[in-house]
Amino acid sequence: MDLASIAVSMLSMGGLGALFATGLVLANKKLYVEEDPRIGQVASLLPGANCGGCGLPGCANFAENLVGGNIEISGCPVCNDEARAEIATIMGLEAQKGEKIVARVLCQGGNYESAKKGEYLGIESCTAAHISGGGDKLCLYGCLGYGECVDSCPFDALHMSENGLPVVDEDTCTGCGNCEDACPRGVIGMHPVSHTLFVACKNEDSPKDSRQVCIKACVGCGLCVRGVEEGLMTMENNLARIDYHLYGTDCRELPTEKCSTNAIILLESVSKEKSVERAEMAEV
Amino acid sequence: MTYFLLFFSAAIVNNFVLSYFLGICPFVGVSKKISSAVSMGMAVTFVMLISAVVTWLIYHMILVPFHVEILEYVSFILVIASLVQLVEMFIRKVSKPLYDTLGIYLPLITTNCAILGLALFSVLREYAFLESVVFALGAGAGFTLALVIMAGIREELALAPVPRHFQGAGITMIVAGALALAFMGFAGMI
Repeated sequence: MDLASIAVSMLSMGGLGALFATGLVLANKKLYVEEDPRIGQVASLLPGANCGGCGLPGCANFAENLVGGNIEISGCPVCNDEARAEIATIMGLEAQKGEKIVARVLCQGGNYESAKKGEYLGIESCTAAHISGGGDKLCLYGCLGYGECVDSCPFDALHMSENGLPVVDEDTCTGCGNCEDACPRGVIGMHPVSHTLFVACKNEDSPKDSRQVCIKACVGCGLCVRGVEEGLMTMENNLARIDYHLYGTDCRELPTEKCSTNAIILLESVSKEKSVERAEMAEV
Repeated sequence: MTYFLLFFSAAIVNNFVLSYFLGICPFVGVSKKISSAVSMGMAVTFVMLISAVVTWLIYHMILVPFHVEILEYVSFILVIASLVQLVEMFIRKVSKPLYDTLGIYLPLITTNCAILGLALFSVLREYAFLESVVFALGAGAGFTLALVIMAGIREELALAPVPRHFQGAGITMIVAGALALAFMGFAGMI
């Protein structure tokens, strides 16, 4: 290939490119679509993680639907209050304050606590293990420990502990609910950050069976239900349930020590802000 | 008569989707509803037609006289990409719902190999200008036909008791294969 043909190639391609570019510029001017300017403004304030927590494919769609009036600002669980307030100003609305929602891992059956039925050599994925016989733990309800929730988290708010259980970083967690959807066993639940009392077990086996599979299983003895005011806690399928509506959100007086297996836990919040807030509340 | 045969050949006998297996992505992606399949077919036909005209001109007016036929791929892709941009702007202006329905498959026409295939076939088979236009129309019609047939079947399939393990992508692939087999029946007619 000689120099001339290289020059011709460059010229012809450059010329064609310039020609089409001009055409597109003109077309863009001519065919420009007027968009509500608020859509762009709102979209820039949204988290932009496209996590899908609102039920729409991405943040741009959320902005469009918000401006179109099809969805509330609180529909985005990830937005913090500042961004919400700013969006509300753009939309000319009152800011709605929603309580922060975080993911809670409701299983304590790590590698140490749970009984094993054998060795699992399959694909290192919770879904695969769940389908093919339930991993290496005897418990049919608890955490499988292959970290699918960790992989699903778009905010890096989850990690696996040494004991093989996922741990939620309360500050980074935005409550998008991706991990809840990712867990094939429904071990992760979304809760307002003020809920600190949990029945951290999902085992619905009979007392005898659940006692055998995990030392921290809720065995369904019902001691906790009898220890509190009627209606605050109930037994369902051999599992204690807390009724947060009845009790309000301050659950700290419920008797965790009644539980013989420590399946009921009282979370000490890891968030500094939160603990300061709580200390203030205690003083009052 | 030659033009009719050319059209018929491109549309049915040598259907781009069902016998060359070009443009499978929108064939599977935009064939859930007949209405959107028709509009996708129209968009692709339009891009095919214009790009056939423009690529023919570029090839015979620029590339051949300057002996730089080696640039055919680059220039054809340039043409197709610009045209798709244009079509995208146009559809967005004219019909927002259609724009939303076509979604990602609209910009993906850029990389739809049926269109590049068309331009390259025209060069390879040394079609005259009018022939390549008819060829493009036939190919577009064939693409639309394949999409519409597929969409029709899939609309019925949505209500059919498909065995659980075949549901979704599985049955779609099986249907596409059966459809391609049916079109193989035309092979050798022209």
